[in-house]
Amino acid sequence: MKHHLPLPLPKGASLPALILLGMSLSVVLGPLLFPSSYDLPGALTYSPPTLAHPCGTDLNGRDLLLRILNGGRISLLVGICGATISLLIGTTYGLIAGSARGSIDNSMMRVVDVLYSVPRLIFILIFINAFNERLQVAANNHGWEWLVGSSRLVILILSLGVIEWLTMARIVRGQTLTLRERSYVAAARVLGEGYWTILWRHLLPNLAGIVLVYLTLAIPSVIIDEAFLSFLGLGVQAPQSSWGSLLAEGAASINPLKGAWWMLLFPSIVLLTTLLALYSVGDSLRRSIGAKNR
Amino acid sequence: MLRRLASLPVVLLCVVTITFFLIRLSPGGPFDSERKLPAAIEQQLLSKYKLDGPIIRQYTSYLGDLIHGDLRLSTKYRNRSVNEILAQTLPVTLTLGATALLIAITAGVWLGAFAASRPGSLAEGGALAVTLLSISLPSFVLGPLLILLFSIKLAWLPVGGWGTPQQLLLPAVTLAIPYAAVIARLLHDSLRETLAEDFVRTARAKGLSEYAVVYRHALRVAILPVVSYLGPLAANLLTGSIVVETIFHIPGAGGFFVNSILNRDGFLLGGVVIVYCLLLMLFNLLVDLSYRFLDRRIQG
Repeated sequence: MKHHLPLPLPKGASLPALILLGMSLSVVLGPLLFPSSYDLPGALTYSPPTLAHPCGTDLNGRDLLLRILNGGRISLLVGICGATISLLIGTTYGLIAGSARGSIDNSMMRVVDVLYSVPRLIFILIFINAFNERLQVAANNHGWEWLVGSSRLVILILSLGVIEWLTMARIVRGQTLTLRERSYVAAARVLGEGYWTILWRHLLPNLAGIVLVYLTLAIPSVIIDEAFLSFLGLGVQAPQSSWGSLLAEGAASINPLKGAWWMLLFPSIVLLTTLLALYSVGDSLRRSIGAKNR
Repeated sequence: MLRRLASLPVVLLCVVTITFFLIRLSPGGPFDSERKLPAAIEQQLLSKYKLDGPIIRQYTSYLGDLIHGDLRLSTKYRNRSVNEILAQTLPVTLTLGATALLIAITAGVWLGAFAASRPGSLAEGGALAVTLLSISLPSFVLGPLLILLFSIKLAWLPVGGWGTPQQLLLPAVTLAIPYAAVIARLLHDSLRETLAEDFVRTARAKGLSEYAVVYRHALRVAILPVVSYLGPLAANLLTGSIVVETIFHIPGAGGFFVNSILNRDGFLLGGVVIVYCLLLMLFNLLVDLSYRFLDRRIQG
């Protein structure tokens, strides 16, 4: 029972997958098509959508569509990198727990249970604010220029990866528990292969499919977490912006006096579409693998 | 169960320790400002807020105060104790959270049972699509959109604030919707499995109505995954209420939490985190107890 990624994509996943492809391409290539003045403060502030500015302009007269695309770069980058880190941690943790079994497994999973019921995002908030300045000082001292401007982003990605691995660990551990009882693993053991060889050669390749499925479900969770932090003004900081910080600006610009609805509506639509597409791809992949399990 | 109860203080101690050192070891003190304070005054402030001396001594004296239920003074809101601030704001947050919890469970269970009892129908597909959409609608997207629609365009409900039931409605719904969707999906999956089991077939064979089969027999078994999700749910609601309180301008503990990070208000921050964790752990204990109770009744 190998868990290969089901290709071609299962029914119902091709449209969301196309949307995702389109979204990634426009986020990466789109900003190159804009005249450079679109990203600079202009005279046309809070302009509703027009032909020149299809999503309107913001408080400083910058083009909102360009800002959404640039914000998407950050949001997707954080989502993909953070989810990958969570994949590495979760897979390692689950693999060790599942293959060790017994009391080690019990206590490792107890830790996961406790972490599930603790407000992890709150700790991450404190963590980010505690270590951002330190990292900047360290980056300055070592002359790592690239890190100085984006230290907050790096810390954000790392810490979000550190909190989103719990589900992955549970899934991998459960899968490992059943895989290790298979006859080919028993055969490898009889042939005298060591613990790590069995993990690496026999268990890990068979986990790859299910791990990738849960990766597609972890990316939207990380994107939501990042947007949550940025919405509160504690995540990505100016001059960088992400979908979360754009939403915060949007939420601040709607009130009965100045109804700049486009500032809220367009970032919402883009974030919602992306999350929905990611969840539907992940969900149909999960179902198609689940069907194979039975 | 007793072991769980015993592990509670250990986890709480870990939480306190991690929070304390994360705050105290971060650069910059609570009294740093544009103008440097004279050394004598700074010293006096530090000693008033018990922030002087070696870090280990500060830690042990903080633990001592906590054991006596003293969360100390806020360094930003001068002359107000953390206990005072929490006593005013926590009831607000808990009201919001409890209402959202109630909405999430009621709506989620109803929608999940609705979808699962109509397998293969258009209604099931529609209900599942709605849940997928709702999961992708985090509160910071949903909240402002609901305000735009119901408060500004239609002017049916107040934009924000606190005190009346109308002011509670939008924030609670905003907070509850994504988690109602999670519950609906959990219940749908487990109810579909349960409905295929033998005892359900027996119940049907006895001639019970479909309503009685689903709601009296199958739901009792199928509800278990939802019950075990209540712990993480409470944690998510408490975290989510921070952003909902910000959106709707609700004077709850969440706003103070965000400000305490920005103001480096260490004891207020610590107080909020510790109280949140304590509440969640007690809630989890309750969930655990009720899970065991439900489980036993099924086995018996």
